[in-house]
Amino acid sequence: MSVIEAPRSQARPARKRGLNLEKWGWIYMRASGVVLLVLIFGHLFVNLLVGEGVKAIDFGFVGGKWADPFWQWWDVAMLWLALIHGANGMRTIVNDYTNPGTAQKVLKGALFLAATVLIVLGTLVVFTFDPCPAGSPADLLPSFCPAV
Amino acid sequence: MSTTTLEQPPAAEAAIQSFTVTFLIRRFDPDVDTEPRWQDFDVEMYATDRVLDALHKIKWEQDGSLTFRRSCAHGICGSDAMRINGRNRLACKTLIKDLDISKPIYVEAIKGLPLEKDLVVDMEPFFASYREVQPFLIANSKPESGKERVQSIAKREIFDDTTKCILCAACTSSCPVFWTDGQYFGPAAIVNAHRFIFDDRDDAANVRLDILNDKEGVWRCRTTFNCTDACPRGIEVTKAIAEVKQAIMRGKP
Repeated sequence: MSVIEAPRSQARPARKRGLNLEKWGWIYMRASGVVLLVLIFGHLFVNLLVGEGVKAIDFGFVGGKWADPFWQWWDVAMLWLALIHGANGMRTIVNDYTNPGTAQKVLKGALFLAATVLIVLGTLVVFTFDPCPAGSPADLLPSFCPAV
Repeated sequence: MSTTTLEQPPAAEAAIQSFTVTFLIRRFDPDVDTEPRWQDFDVEMYATDRVLDALHKIKWEQDGSLTFRRSCAHGICGSDAMRINGRNRLACKTLIKDLDISKPIYVEAIKGLPLEKDLVVDMEPFFASYREVQPFLIANSKPESGKERVQSIAKREIFDDTTKCILCAACTSSCPVFWTDGQYFGPAAIVNAHRFIFDDRDDAANVRLDILNDKEGVWRCRTTFNCTDACPRGIEVTKAIAEVKQAIMRGKP
């Protein structure tokens, strides 16, 4: 007796087990989106509306904010979440508008590089920011620095 | 108006008004053309006629070489999905009175699938992803001898919407993500997977969820709602895709 071959053989190999980056990317976009909503509007409210409002923003204002660990962490969280959110969004656009190949790899590599550099640089600046670096000439320092 | 109908006896049924409608049809004959071209046809139509009637009139009275698919002509077989005025519709369900006939009506083949001739596309990539989600009942249980598997009304209700699919490809070929590289499963395949994933008589939900958890699976859906808008059966396609996403995150239907 001959057996008819199964017609429903899978055309695409089943997904490998393990971490599914597409899924976690999708979840990350939703989660970071919600958190960013709070962070960004909180940031805008504090910087632009509270107290003197937008006129208060100057070098001293930023220096004052980054003297407080709360605002340091707020800004770093905003930096990381927004840059990864944006870079991942750009990655999906690259997936949509280019075919797999060298061009796609280059674009994705450039995105990864840009995001990494900005995140590292931004994090470094926020945590090591010193408005009155020791040993600088007095005429370059802001007025609120204690006279040495 | 009711008064005029009263004054005029029904015997004086005036000839029903007809309109000359211009159709611009995207023609492509692979034996002659290298690129598709637009050709216009003027057709005498009634407001209650359908776009499919216009195509019939053109094919039977003006140009017999016009090629299109249609089978039942009543919105059930899903053969005549095409792009009418830029929207994916079934030609047999689109009435002339619902279109703006002061301008030409554009009719072209659905997008994202290889064009074969005039309004006919190669549906094989579409059916290939349909086959991949295993759209058939996989049950490990044996029903009682001589009986069917019993399902409650509430359990049937869960996937009722997605049983309505007629595989016309209007949704998949309206999806901008499917247009990009054709690797995405497409809304229709996900709808038909949904129909079995949420069926409690079926035992292979996890197999299908694994398939759709793929790189080209549900995560490529960008919720543009083109598919929901295109579906001639009124299936809430985007909602079904969202339910599959939720099921994948839960790990079970």
